[in-house]
Parts: sequence; C-alpha cells; structure tokens
Amino acid sequence: MAPALFKFSLKELQDLFTSGDIGALDIARSYLLRMSQVESKVKAYITVREREQILQEADTIDASLKQWRKTQPLMAMPLAIKDNICTHGTRTTCGSTMLEQFIPPYDATVVAACREQKFLLIGKTNLDEFGMGSSTEHSVFGPSRNPWNLNYIPGGSSGGSAAAVAADECVAALGTDTGGSIRQPAACCGVVGLKPTYGRVSRYGLVAFASSLDQIGPITKTVADAAMLLNVLAAHDPKDSTSSNCPAPDFMKSVKKKDVKKLTLGVPREFFSEGLDPDVEQHVREAIEVFQELGGTVKDVSLPSTEWAIAAYYIIATAEASSNLARYDGVKYGYRTKERKGLFDMYRQTRAEGFGAEVKRRVMLGTYALSSGYYDAYYAKAQSVRTLITRDFDAVFQEVDFLVTPVMPTTAFPLGEKLQDPLQMYLSDMYTISASLAGLPAISIPCGLSQAGLPVGLQLMGRPFEESTLLRAAYAYEQTTQWRKKRPPIR
Amino acid sequence: MSYQVVIGVEVHAQLRTQSKLFCSCRTIFGGSPNSQTCPVCLGMPGSLPVLNRMAVEMAVRVGHALNCTIRTDHYFARKNYFYPDLPKGYQISQYDEPICENGWLEIQPNESTKRIRIHRAHLEEDAGKSIHQPGRPESRVDLNRTGTPLLEIVTEPDMHSAEEVVAYLKALRDILLYLDVCDGNMEQGNLRCEPNISLRPSGETPLGTKVELKNINSFRFVREAIDYEVRRQTTVLSEGGTVHQETRLWDEAQEKTVVMRSKEEAHDYRYFPDPDLLPIHLEQTMIDDIRETLPELPSVRKQRFISTYQLPVGDAEVLTSSKSLADYFETCIKTFPSPKTVCNWVKGELLRELHTHDVAAHESALAPERLVKLLQLVEQGTISLKVAREIFTELYVSGKEPEALVQEKGLSQVSDDNALLEFIREVLVNNPAQVEQYKAGKETVLGFFVGQVMKASQGKANPGKVNTLLKTALSNES
Repeated sequence: MAPALFKFSLKELQDLFTSGDIGALDIARSYLLRMSQVESKVKAYITVREREQILQEADTIDASLKQWRKTQPLMAMPLAIKDNICTHGTRTTCGSTMLEQFIPPYDATVVAACREQKFLLIGKTNLDEFGMGSSTEHSVFGPSRNPWNLNYIPGGSSGGSAAAVAADECVAALGTDTGGSIRQPAACCGVVGLKPTYGRVSRYGLVAFASSLDQIGPITKTVADAAMLLNVLAAHDPKDSTSSNCPAPDFMKSVKKKDVKKLTLGVPREFFSEGLDPDVEQHVREAIEVFQELGGTVKDVSLPSTEWAIAAYYIIATAEASSNLARYDGVKYGYRTKERKGLFDMYRQTRAEGFGAEVKRRVMLGTYALSSGYYDAYYAKAQSVRTLITRDFDAVFQEVDFLVTPVMPTTAFPLGEKLQDPLQMYLSDMYTISASLAGLPAISIPCGLSQAGLPVGLQLMGRPFEESTLLRAAYAYEQTTQWRKKRPPIR
Repeated sequence: MSYQVVIGVEVHAQLRTQSKLFCSCRTIFGGSPNSQTCPVCLGMPGSLPVLNRMAVEMAVRVGHALNCTIRTDHYFARKNYFYPDLPKGYQISQYDEPICENGWLEIQPNESTKRIRIHRAHLEEDAGKSIHQPGRPESRVDLNRTGTPLLEIVTEPDMHSAEEVVAYLKALRDILLYLDVCDGNMEQGNLRCEPNISLRPSGETPLGTKVELKNINSFRFVREAIDYEVRRQTTVLSEGGTVHQETRLWDEAQEKTVVMRSKEEAHDYRYFPDPDLLPIHLEQTMIDDIRETLPELPSVRKQRFISTYQLPVGDAEVLTSSKSLADYFETCIKTFPSPKTVCNWVKGELLRELHTHDVAAHESALAPERLVKLLQLVEQGTISLKVAREIFTELYVSGKEPEALVQEKGLSQVSDDNALLEFIREVLVNNPAQVEQYKAGKETVLGFFVGQVMKASQGKANPGKVNTLLKTALSNES
C-alpha cells in the first residue's frame, strides 16, 4: 500500500478506511515510516508508543473488520495526545520532572471516548511544563521544532501536538488551551486548532493548570477534521461538574458548504493595535476581505477591556495553578527528592528539583496573588476584569455573529529568542487570552505565509456553544483560499 | 481579680452519607489502609470532584434543627495548606458564604434554660490520617477518611463553663442522632470538638485572647481539658502574664494542654472559590420540603413525654436523650400502656444492660416485644416483681422468651391458696413471739410475716395474696 497515507486529512483517511481500500495496518505502517523519517528532527513527542503495540492494535482492528465494515469515525485513525491528558497505562508527564514516571491508572474522559471508537494512539506530545508557556521550550524533555523551519518554535503549550499534525506524524491531535495553547501553536505550525466553549468538553483526566480556563480541543489539518474530532469530544460528563448540559449538535453539518451569507463578522479594533506585525496584519485584513466577498457583513467593533486581559489572566491562571500544583509534594506519586531531612525539607526539595523555572515563577505569582491582604487587590480585581471582558463580548455579540482577529502578534519566533524574557513570551498570547477569560469558543486557521515563509493564523471567536458558527465560517474561508494546500517543507 | 470564662465551640460532625463528599468511595470506618480510595480522593492529576447532594441535604436538615438561616446560594472554596494526609494540598471547604448561618440551640445545663447562638455551619471534606509509628523514622498515611463529608458547626462565644459546653455538645449530639445524619461518637472521631477559651475580667465586655483546644475525644476530656485550660489561663493572668493566641492539644496521659502551634505559625490558607465546582443553588422549595420532613427533635419530644405520659422531667430527659431509647420506650407503651412502669424498666434494667454491652437501644438484644411480655407476666401475677428483676440479665443475655425462661426455672408465682396457707402456717408456728406482738396490736409485724413467707417460698409467693391470707390467718389465731 502507498506509504503516503500520512498526507491525507482525517476525513480523507477515514473515507479510504471505510471504503475498505486500506486497512488499519496500512495506516499504522505509513505513519510509523513517516515518524522514522521526521520525528528525530521535529521532536514532537515525549513518548511514542511501542511500534509492535501499535501494529498489533491495528491488526486487531483489521481482524475484527473481516466480519463487518461499519466503522466509527475514529476507528484506526492515528492520533497524538498532548502529554497533560491522562492515558491509562501510558505515562503522562506534563513535560515535567515531577511526573516523568507517572503512569495514570485511568483514562481522561476524552481518551476513553477515542478508545471506544478504536483509534490508534501513536504517542504523547510535547508541551511546556504543565501547559505553562508559549513555545514548548519550557519542557524538561527539550523543545519541539517548527516543521516549517526547524530553528523556530512550534508555539505552545500544545506545540508538540501542532508540530506532529503539521509534520504528518499523526492525522490529528488533542491539545489543551488555557490562554491560547491550542490556537497559538496551530497558527505557528499552519494547522487548524479549535478551543471549544468552556464546559463543552470534559476536563476529567486533563492535568489541571488553571481549572476555570483549561479546555481540551482538536488540532487538525482541516476545518472538517476539527468538526469530526469535536463530534467525539463534545459531551456532558458527570465526572466534571463544570461540563455543560448544552446538547452538542452534529458539527459535520457545519462543514458542508461555503456559506457565510447572512453572517455578520466583527473586527475588534483593540486587536489591531501596537505590536502587531504588519505582515501578519496584512494577511488578516485580506482574510476579512475574503469573508466580505463571500457575502458576510463586516463591522468595526470595540472590546474596550481588552487591554487588561493579560494582567487579569496572569493573576487568575497563576492563582489557580498555585493551588492545582500543590498536590505535587512527593508524598503519594511522582517525583520525590533523595533528601530525607524531615517533612518540610522533603516538600521543599521535591518541588525545587521537580518543577522548572517557569512553573515556579507562576506558582509564586499565584501564591502571592491569593495571599491574605493581597487577595482583593489582585485576585478579586482580576475576577472583576474578567466579568468586564465577558460583558464586552456579550454586547458585541448582540451585533455580530463572530469576531475575526489575528491569533498572535507575530509569526513563530526563533528558538531561544524569548526564553529569557517572560513578559515578551506572555505577550504572544495577547490575542488569545480574551476568549479564554470569557470561556468562548475560538478557532485558529491558516491564512497565509509570512515573507519568511512561516504560517500566519486567523482567529475566529464566537458566542458560547456556537462552535458550529465558527466551523461554518472557517470552512467557507478554508475552501475559498488555497492556504490549506501549503505544506511544510520537512521530508 | 475574678475572671469570666468565655467559650465558643467548633464541632466537626461526620455526616452519615453512603459515599464521600466528592467521589463515590465508601465512608465505612475501619477498612484496611487506603482501601477506600479512588483517583478523586487521592488527588491524582486530572481527577475532579463531584458534589454529593445527600451531604447538602443533611446540612440543610441540621441547619433547620439549629434554627439557622439557610442560604439558597453558596459555594465551595479551597483552603490551601501542605500536609501529608491532605493529598490535593488543599481542603475543599466553605469560606465566607456557609450553607447555614445565625441559628441557636437551647441547653439546660442546670435546670435553667439557656440559648447558645450558632454562628455558622458549613460543609467540608475530611483529611486522611497520618500514622506515626513509635521508634520508626518514617510515618505512614491512610487516606480512607479523606473526602468524608464533615459539617463544621461553630457557636458564638456564649458558654461560660465546662458544664455548659458539655450540655451544648450533648444537646447537639442528640439532634444529630435524631436527624440520623451523624453517629455522634466522640471516641471514634465522627464527632470532634474544639473549644475556644478565653478569660476576661468579670464585668468587662472586650474578649480576652483565645486559645483553641484540639484532640478531645470524649465528654469527660471536654470537661477536664476546659477545666485545666481555665485554671492555666487564670494562673497566667493572676501572675500578671499574658495569654498567647495559640492552638493547644489535650494530652490525656499528662492531663494537661500543650502548645501545638502559635499564632505566628498559623497558616495563610489563601482561600479562593474552587473552580472545579460550580456555585450551588438550592431551590427555596427544596429547603422548605426538607423542613417538613424533619423528625420530632429531642427538646420537643421531652416536653411531649412530660405532658402526654405524665413523666417527671428527669425521666423524660433520660428517655429522650437518645432517639433510639425514646423510640424503644414508645414501642413498649403501644402494647403496654403504663408509661411510668415502662419508664422505670427502660431507664433502670434496660439501660444498665445497654451500658454493659455498649449498645444503643435499637441494637438491644432484648427487643421491646420481649420486655413487654416480661411486664405482662408481672402484671398477671405469674411472677413477682422481684423475680422479674432477678432474671432480667439472664433474659437479656440468653435471648429466650420470658415465659419459657420462667417455666424453665420454675419461677412461676405461687397463688394457690392451699399452697400459700401451708407456708403461712409454718411461719406462724415458728414465730410465736411475733404472733403475740401482732395480737397485742402491733400491726407492723405483718410486714415481717410477709417477708418470712416470701423467703420460705423462695420468692415465688404472690405477695398480694400472702397479705390477705396472712391477715385472715392471724385473726383466726385469736
């Protein structure tokens, strides 16, 4: 069978598989070959599952199909999962020394849903430690590379998942987004990344960074693939109290035809301000024109509280993180120091040795923000800002159906460029954070290549639980333009 | 200078839910270490809490019984601190919006009635247990208890003596037992008490510096620990010293309180709303419905026992001190409608056996039906009161039916005239001096004869009949 199966999108591959032209083993072999060619360069994975295990699973699927050919959407589909999502029996490290040896005795709800469809788990992808970062450079396993240029970052924190999809090392991947961690790496790597509405997808089994912001979502080659994967992920989960009862529609219905007529899109002026790379701005403006040509109505709008978003985000996210990461104390699981001078020394040393610099920085920031005497000035204030930001969106969504903005102010930057400057690194999330704070769905799709040949991302943000509107608009744009056909040069 | 003692009390009551507060693990006491755990209560990465609605309902029940205002809207907060038996590094608790607030409970410490104000009651999860093995360098952690639902009930500083605290705790425990929400056992730790004690010069209003006491595992220790602490603080103040704000542990072996941690070592718990749990909204109708289903509470039941059954206050108090005992009593009088008689048996013989076997009335080996049968045997004159008392323990332990036991032991009362006259004749013949006295008009000697007849019959003679027959026999003597 042709080894180039890895070039297909999820939907194409699934069609081929369902038709019976190819088997699960063909798919598995093709991807294993591809990985043997590029993984050493891209370093998208922290853990790649044993070749024999993957082949055996594929063989089992093929054997079972001899009797019947009705398949489920993800059957035999080779997926990568970000390494902060728990996989029963496969280690889940969060890119941290702390969990380097941690093998969960349970599946995240989303993983269980994929397993039920008999997907092929290829491996666990790289990330900034516990999801804290925008470049995957904060992984204890070392950075992943951008398949478009190996000297550049793939974005983060879901950089491994985005790079794996872009480099055809899996057909689709799961990422997680707290302040832009799906959308920003998708933009960096020229793939599609969807952060669903907060509550749309269960967080059970997602190792928490900031519980009120974290959300799992698909990273895929096409918009239709994102819809297909979201169909599997979106469901109410009784194990997650914040999971919504809002019924999930069939998202594939949104990716049938190029139709944005009767849709009004808003262009928030605060997202085209100082610091936006002109090259990026030009591509985004051109994309807005495409929507106009397709019959969409364009409106200039304002989200006045935007300028406070980063400050509020870095207080809320770090405050929650300081509490969420308290469990890594060396007592029950994970890393424990060799020092045994007493309980508090054990705590101190375990956390000093087990966490990287960025995690420590955020735990300290968050601890400070929640401290007695500072709570009102920081945490409570940040929550008020969050409310204001949400109200801004509520008001704007009275007038428009979705918003169009850049995903990040620049394209991917060179490895190491912002590593020593956390504030510069934080600013690369300035356009993605607002939707996270407001819990809104947002999608990142490719909208061009910069002069340096690096992908530019377009962000669409929508009303809560209206992922279908975003998918519809994104699909129309994708099918109208040719960007989806651009592939990274890696061989 | 004389001082007034001021005490407020924090109680942690373990709620009797089937499963833990945020996961489906069992809450049974005494399982092998870490056998009743799951990823959620172990705080494994990625696990999430889901609220047990039954615990919320129980909290509402207690809130009603303590005359509290019950919030329709409240939320859970994280209380952050490091400890090996706290697997998540934070405890899920409630902070500034507890489920119940501003209630009161009446106590009767010494005949008079006093109202203790309830400041608040909130839900939280329990921690695990650290086990320190003597002589070993390492400690072990058992997380079976982790996540068990607790209701923390906090009073205003309204108590002024150990007696009042004990009266409060007993009244509270009775309510919790009546509501069937807590086992109320201090020794097992499912009812834990932490008094806050301060002293102030008599007549002054501002509160003195308070000391919190922990590790008090019985009502007796409550009394001893408070009395000790009051003496200690009195000595400190009388000698011109200062009481330091601190937490002290009751050391039952040394019979004193020792410092656990000072105010400076107190944690900054960094409370904030738990983002893993949605704010809770209770419908007012649900809160009202729960009020409708509340059982009769101990104080009301006591009053009813006094007015309906004409029982003395003391007896009513004993009977209603536990729901189980009061239920036992009321079951008996359904078929044996003589409240005073039943009361005497229940608070006398029955309670003695219950104490001996350390069980509650509903666990009694002697079911109410069997006690009633025993009482009927006495009433019918089949056995004497004395015999009934004597065989009570055996009846309790053996589990035999009262009739069967009486028959087996040949204890049926002798009521046959001829048989009784035989005993009487014998007694009169053997005691001529007393017969003479009686004849001389000293009628009190009659009691002596009755006693002698009872003795001769080995207690089986029917005393009423003996009395009548004796009188006839003695008048015939003259």
